[in-house]
Amino acid sequence: MKQTKKARLSAGQIALIVIGVLFFAVMLVWPLVEVLYRALKGGWALYWSAVTAKTTLSALRVTLLAAVIALLVDTFFALAASWLLTKFEFRGKSVLTTLIDIPFSISPVIAGLAFIMMFGRSGLATPVVNWFNDTFGTDIALVFSIPGVVLATIFVTFPYVLRELLPAMNLQGCAEEEAAALLGAGGFTIFRRVTLPHIKWPLIYGMVLCAARAFGEFGAVYAVSKARGETFTLPLEVDALYMSGGAEAITQAFAVSSLLVLLALVMLILKNIAEWRAKKSY
Amino acid sequence: MFIETRQLCKRFDDYEAAKDITFGVEQGKMAALLGPSGSGKTTILRMIAGLEQQDSGDILINGKNVNDVPAGERGIGFVFQNYALFRYMNVYDNIAFGLKVQKKSKAEIRARVTELIQLIGLVGLEKRYPNQLSGGQRQRVAFARAIAPGPSLLLLDEPFAAIDAKVRKELRVWLRDMIVQVGITSIFVTHDQEEALEVADDIIILNEGHIEQMGTPTEIYLHPQTPFVAQFAGNSSVVEGLPGFRGFEKLPKGQKILIRPEFVDAFKTDNLQMQPYADRAEDGVVTGISFRGSSLEVRLKVHGITLLTNRSLERREIRLGEHMNVFLHRVYCIEGERTQVVENELLKDISME
Repeated sequence: MKQTKKARLSAGQIALIVIGVLFFAVMLVWPLVEVLYRALKGGWALYWSAVTAKTTLSALRVTLLAAVIALLVDTFFALAASWLLTKFEFRGKSVLTTLIDIPFSISPVIAGLAFIMMFGRSGLATPVVNWFNDTFGTDIALVFSIPGVVLATIFVTFPYVLRELLPAMNLQGCAEEEAAALLGAGGFTIFRRVTLPHIKWPLIYGMVLCAARAFGEFGAVYAVSKARGETFTLPLEVDALYMSGGAEAITQAFAVSSLLVLLALVMLILKNIAEWRAKKSY
Repeated sequence: MFIETRQLCKRFDDYEAAKDITFGVEQGKMAALLGPSGSGKTTILRMIAGLEQQDSGDILINGKNVNDVPAGERGIGFVFQNYALFRYMNVYDNIAFGLKVQKKSKAEIRARVTELIQLIGLVGLEKRYPNQLSGGQRQRVAFARAIAPGPSLLLLDEPFAAIDAKVRKELRVWLRDMIVQVGITSIFVTHDQEEALEVADDIIILNEGHIEQMGTPTEIYLHPQTPFVAQFAGNSSVVEGLPGFRGFEKLPKGQKILIRPEFVDAFKTDNLQMQPYADRAEDGVVTGISFRGSSLEVRLKVHGITLLTNRSLERREIRLGEHMNVFLHRVYCIEGERTQVVENELLKDISME
């Protein structure tokens, strides 16, 4: 005879669940709802004008530009570095692995300030930039300009893709690559036909994380970006509106924030799809 | 020699994986690199393949030095220990990979892959992925993939290690037949002496990175030159001295001696066939009997020494504690790094009768 026992939760279990739900609600859901509520408080007309304001659109453009460039650079770097770190043995490998994690441990503001020091008027790297401009007839400025914003974003998001790729590449080992090499395949063919199918979903997952981080970056970009409507990103624009103090400006700040929330939600959905597919492919 | 290595050396930090490795395999032959784990056999195989760079020494394939030829251009087929089949490709694409890389025409690839799938007997499984195949089937695919581009040398790293015992023997015979059929020179790595003795034309025994002995399975088995080989090939016991054994009086006291079970005969006094030996045999007591499937392994105590022998299941049943006549045909004397065969001197008298 089989007795089905109803799963009854103990008091401790209930308490833990309540704490979990409360934490989730207070820390994550409430603030998001607050943002949307504040954004729409002044009515749709105000919301729409705030979202389509010239400064907002400029900030959206800069944010997307910086994120896309950072994403491309980081992805390329991550593929190269993870290939190097997992398929080869060499001296100083662990040192390199640690160095790559620097952006995780250094405050972004400090990174931004370091860029100002490097590329500012009396910076040590400035002569190099000047030489480049003189030689190629360009007019690139690295601080207080779009390239500076892009550089800062790249710095902060540097390890994200790599961190997702490394475990996947480690798991796979080298035997299949060696087998392909022995059959006469070149490096690129091996990567495309053998390695890439293994790491496709972890790679996409890492890219989504990287993009999400790039959209939200504040500290490092704040240090190198001073021109509202030109080099401001969305988080800086929100900050500027909020800090100006007027009641209407604050509502506008939340309206612009809602754009970031929207971007975050899109990334969250993409991230979950990638996660689900990555799990399925193992 | 079709493939030759000359004074190959390889070091990993403070561990010497290969010391002065010189050997050759003739065209169409199958050689085994036999040794315990850590003896350097896989490293040597990987150096021949070009997956590992030797510190010094030369590798010659068909008379041509291939030291600086990259792995993919040495014309070598390699079967990995865990097969390393491409997980995201089906059987057909796995076998076709090498041909596609060579930019062969579609029709040519189709013809070759179809031929190979027939050869390995996996018709109908072309669309399966590696994780949908059994261990034996995977090995067949790995073999087909390795020989698809028509290599002149086939290397196999522990080809049977990942397969359970029952299928292993079957597959061993299959692989041996395949290699003979294709006629490809091959070298395989194994730690299983039985496997090497059964499959290989030549055996190279390795120990701690150096070659202990090479030769045909019969040579290795009957004339082991070093204690290591003597103990590695065959199931043997080591004793010190043979006090009281007639026919071995000349052996010095405490001499290290290796005894193989097949050189030990145990029989009852009424065994007519063994009559000439009966007078010259020693008295032994059965102390253990273990069933070994095809035969019994019998342990006997003779003059305080335990000897092993194999007994056919067809012969009369024996019991623990029973007395038997034990005749020792020959033993191996271990002298430093050499071994020497010592025959029972009474054998001369027997042959004269």
